[in-house]
Amino acid sequence: MNFFFEVTLNLLSGFGVTLLIFAATLVFALPLGLVLSFGSMSSFKPLKAVVKVFVWIIRGTPLMLQILVVYYGPALIFGWGFLERVVAVIVAFVINYACYFSEIYRGGIQSISKGQYEAGQVLGMTRSQIFFRVVLLQVIKRIVPPMSNEIITLVKDTSLARIIVVEEILKVAYDYTIKGTIWPLFYTAVYYLIFVGILTLLFGYIEKKLNYFRV
Amino acid sequence: MAFLEIENYTKRFGNTEVLKGISFTLEKGEVLAIIGSSGGGKTTLLRCLNFLEMPDTGVLRLNGETLFDAEQDRRASDADIREKRLHFGLVFQQFNLFPQYTVLRNITLAQTLLAKADYRAKCAECRAQLRAAPKDKRAALRAEQKRVLAQIRDGQKQRIEENALRLLERVGLTEKKNAYPFELSGGQQQRVAIARALALSPDILCFDEPTSALDPELTGEVLKVIKGLKSSDSTMIVVTHEMEFAKNVADHVIFMADGVIEEEGTPAEVFENPKSEKTAAFLRKSTEDLFD
Ligand SMILES: Nc1ncnc2c1ncn2[C@@H]1O[C@H](COP(=O)(O)OP(=O)(O)O)[C@@H](O)[C@H]1O
Ligand SMILES: [Mg+2]
Repeated sequence: MNFFFEVTLNLLSGFGVTLLIFAATLVFALPLGLVLSFGSMSSFKPLKAVVKVFVWIIRGTPLMLQILVVYYGPALIFGWGFLERVVAVIVAFVINYACYFSEIYRGGIQSISKGQYEAGQVLGMTRSQIFFRVVLLQVIKRIVPPMSNEIITLVKDTSLARIIVVEEILKVAYDYTIKGTIWPLFYTAVYYLIFVGILTLLFGYIEKKLNYFRV
Repeated sequence: MAFLEIENYTKRFGNTEVLKGISFTLEKGEVLAIIGSSGGGKTTLLRCLNFLEMPDTGVLRLNGETLFDAEQDRRASDADIREKRLHFGLVFQQFNLFPQYTVLRNITLAQTLLAKADYRAKCAECRAQLRAAPKDKRAALRAEQKRVLAQIRDGQKQRIEENALRLLERVGLTEKKNAYPFELSGGQQQRVAIARALALSPDILCFDEPTSALDPELTGEVLKVIKGLKSSDSTMIVVTHEMEFAKNVADHVIFMADGVIEEEGTPAEVFENPKSEKTAAFLRKSTEDLFD
């Protein structure tokens, strides 16, 4: 019983690191994704091209590789010092997820009919009024389902952080396995499932809240 | 001097010249119907009147004043164009109501935003006054300003809402004021769109085929509303395929083909006695379609 309690607590502190990566990624990648999506829709061709190529590279290579590049790259290429491990992981996650989010935003924004913008225009609204008062909520409604998918994937992707020895929950459990106890590894599923369960309820609630209108 | 004068409007997209020199006039309170087969440039003309597109050349005079002159206004600022736009309203073929707002909010939104901008300007004025006032008078002045500003704000809100309710009554949808667009039929949505356009009291209200997206049994209610507006002295430009409507409601008819005004006149002149062979062919074809 004592050992079980100890494992539970250790996994919990590992899950704290998992949550840190998760939360930091969301906080930075959600706005950065919006910036990238505007870039990818820009009428300024060079900017659009640069953003598109960047998104292609990030979405076309494994996240695990990107973590390694962010962590070892600066030291190997420029001879700089190493980032704090968890910081390197967060940087890689933010870049990766911002790219995925940007594509979701872009899809959402482009799915709004031109007529909505024009209706706002002929009613004398400014560009920002049209974006915030007319378009934004419709975009949010459209992107909640794909976003919730992506965000739930993010919860599980955090386990990639162990590639550079960040002590997230799966790394903590794996260390027990090396010492000959395998069940803590399976026990981690409980943590993931509870957290994903909460997120699922939350997204379901948001979807329901936005159900009062149809786009 | 006519209420609205359009002089030599042209517009090209790339290599296609869509408007090839459109000139016409319209008197206050008149209804102008624009007919013509599709691709003739009717929508483009309305979009140019509402500055959704900028004409390449041409002059627009309203009430004797030059509102738009392509020579100078090609590069007009967003704010300038917004102000010019407010003289015109546009009702779209596809309604384009805002789905996340109730019927009432759809109608009040734009006016509320304009009122807010007004109110903010007033606040700035008040602050300047306050700074200029002698120190010992400031407290009293501030209290007075607060009272006046609150009055303005409440007054605006009430005025805007009353106006919207009056318009809803006019389009016969008072009982739908709290409904969302998806809960309405196409005809009802279009009537809300008309009320929304009227809320800003445009000098001229434009309609781009307001009934073309509707089931045939719903066109009547929308046309009736438009006809009702005529008796209240609204100046309107209606692009339509409803020949009967054009005949009965319009004071003036323009037949557009290939970017030019092929023929214009009173409904009697255009429909009974078309001078141009193209007009005659178009009218024959649209009556044939009716009996298909
Ligand atoms: N934004 C645009 N870009 C390029 N061509 C356009 C654009 N808008 C309209 N056109 C062209 O202009 C012509 C006239 O279109 P339109 O004004 O919609 O005519 P109508 O409303 O009489 O059917 C059509 O050939 C159409 O393809
Ligand atoms: Mg058209």
